[in-house]
Amino acid sequence: MKAARILGAAAVLLIPVATQNPYVLHMLIMVLMWVVLGQSWNLLGGYTGQVSFGHAAFFGIGAYTAGILIKGGAPPATAWAGLLLGGLTATIAAAVIGWICFRLRGPYFALSVLALAEVLRLVAVNWKQLTNGAEGILLIPAFNTKAYYYYIVLAIAALNFVVIRFVMRSKLGYYFLAIREDQDAAESLGIDTTKYKLYSLLISAFFTGMAGAFYLNYMNFIDPGIVFSIHDVSIMVILVTMLGGVATYWGPAVGAVLYILVSEIFRVWLKSGHLVFFGILIIVLIVFFPNGIVGTWNERAAKRSRRRVAAGPETT
Amino acid sequence: MSLLELKDVTKRFGGLQAVGHMTFSLNKGEILGLIGPNGAGKTTIFNLINGYVTPTSGGILFKDERIDGLKPHVVCHRGLARTFQVVKPLARLTVLENVMASAFCRTNNRETAREMALEATAFSEMESWRDRSAGSLPLGMRKRLEMARALATKPDLLLLDENFAGLNPAEVEKTIEIVKKIHGSDVTILIIEHIMRVIMSISHRLICINYGEKIAEGTPREVADNQQVIDAYLGVAHA
Repeated sequence: MKAARILGAAAVLLIPVATQNPYVLHMLIMVLMWVVLGQSWNLLGGYTGQVSFGHAAFFGIGAYTAGILIKGGAPPATAWAGLLLGGLTATIAAAVIGWICFRLRGPYFALSVLALAEVLRLVAVNWKQLTNGAEGILLIPAFNTKAYYYYIVLAIAALNFVVIRFVMRSKLGYYFLAIREDQDAAESLGIDTTKYKLYSLLISAFFTGMAGAFYLNYMNFIDPGIVFSIHDVSIMVILVTMLGGVATYWGPAVGAVLYILVSEIFRVWLKSGHLVFFGILIIVLIVFFPNGIVGTWNERAAKRSRRRVAAGPETT
Repeated sequence: MSLLELKDVTKRFGGLQAVGHMTFSLNKGEILGLIGPNGAGKTTIFNLINGYVTPTSGGILFKDERIDGLKPHVVCHRGLARTFQVVKPLARLTVLENVMASAFCRTNNRETAREMALEATAFSEMESWRDRSAGSLPLGMRKRLEMARALATKPDLLLLDENFAGLNPAEVEKTIEIVKKIHGSDVTILIIEHIMRVIMSISHRLICINYGEKIAEGTPREVADNQQVIDAYLGVAHA
C-alpha cells in the first residue's frame, strides 16, 4: 500500500518529464485545479454540511485580485504573490458573508453566496476602471512551458490535501462533522457552531481564491462571465464533488478526473452535442452512485467487512 | 451551597405561558427530580437552563453567575451538560467519535479526547458499541450515548431528560445504576422522568410542575402524597 503510494506520487511528479505534449499537460492542469476546487467545496459542503451555491464568488475574487495586482503595474513576479493574495482576499470576503449568514440555519448561507457571486459578477462588469469591465483582463504569459504551471498547481493541490487531512484529524474536523450531523446537539456539546462554520468557510474560500488566482496566471485571461460563472464554476464544483463522493477524502479528486476527462472526450467526440450527453451521463451516475463513486465504494467495502465480521473470525 | 438557582423565571411563547414564576434551587451533590404531566413545561425548563431559549423574565444562576441569555455552548463550557429526550445522535459518526466530539470541549488534543471518550463510554457501559455508527444504535443505546456524550464534557451539573423512556426493565435497572455512578463521581443531577419507580428511588428531592408552574416540592414521598399532584396526574375527582 505504501509502495503504491510512493509510486503514484513519483508518477504524478514525473509526468511533465515524460511528456511535453501541451494538450495532455493542459488537461492535467485543469484536473488538478478542479481537485483543489472540489476539495475546498467538500470541506465546507461535504464535511461541515454548509452547502454553497456560489463558490464562484471566491474563485472570481481570487482571480481578480491577482489580475488587478498585475494590471496595476506591479512587477511580473507579483503574479505569483497574487496566488497568496488572491486566497487572502477571498478569505476576507468569506469572513464577511459568513459572519452575517452563519448566525442563521437552513438555506440562507447557500442562497447568500449564490447572490454574492452574481453581485460580484455585475460589479466586475461595471466597475471598468478597476476590472476593465466585460473586456476582461489579459496578461502576457509568465512561462511558456506548461510544466511550470503543472508543478505550481500540483503544489497547491498537495498543500490542500495536507491541510484538509490535518484539519479533519483535529478538533476542527470533529466539530465540522458534529455541526453537519446535528447543530442543536453540537451546541449542547460546547461547540460554537457559528464560529466553526466560519472557520470551515475561511479555509475553503482561501483555497478557492488561490485556485482563482492560479487560473488567471495560467489562462492569462479572465472576464466576469468566466470566473463568476454560476454554471461553469459554482454548479460544476458541486457536480465534481458529488460525482466523486461528498464528504470523502478522495471523492473530489476522482470527481475532477472524471469530470474533466469525460467532458473533454465528449467535447471532441460529439462536438456541439456534448453537453446533452454529459448531462445524461451525470444523471446516470447519480442514479447508480447516489453517494458518488468513492462514497459508494466505501459503503460497499464497509458492508463486505461487516459480512466478514458476521461470518466469524477469519482463520489465517 | 446552591449550584443552580432559578429566580422567578417566566417564559412565554407568544400568548402561551410555558413556564411561569419558576423558582427553585439545586444544591451541590443533590439529585433533584422534575415531574409533571405531559406538556407541563419540564423540557422548556431544561431549554431555559441550557440556553436554547432565553427567559422572558427572571434569572438563572449557575455557580452564582447569571447564565440566562448565554448560548448553549458557553453554558456547556461552564460545566453544565444535558441529554435530549428526543435523542440527537451524530448519526454518521461512530459512538466513539460522537463522544470524542464532545470531549473536545475540555481539550484540544485528539489523543486526550480519545482517552476521555474511551473513559466516558466505559463509564456508560457501552464499550462493545464504540465502533458502531450512532445512527444504527437501538434506542436504549442511543439514550446511553446521550449520557456518555454529556459526561465527556466533564460537567458539574447534568440535566437528564427522560433517559429511561422506552427502555425495557433490564435497561432501566442498568441506567439507574449508571446514574447512581455518575452521581457518585461528584456530579449534581437534575432529572426529568415519568417512570415513578425510577424517580422515587433515585431522587433526593422532587418538584412537580403543571401548566408551567410549580405545584409541589419536597421529598419524593411528600410530593407523591400531595393532593394537587394527584389531581394533576389523575384529574380532580368530582365524587
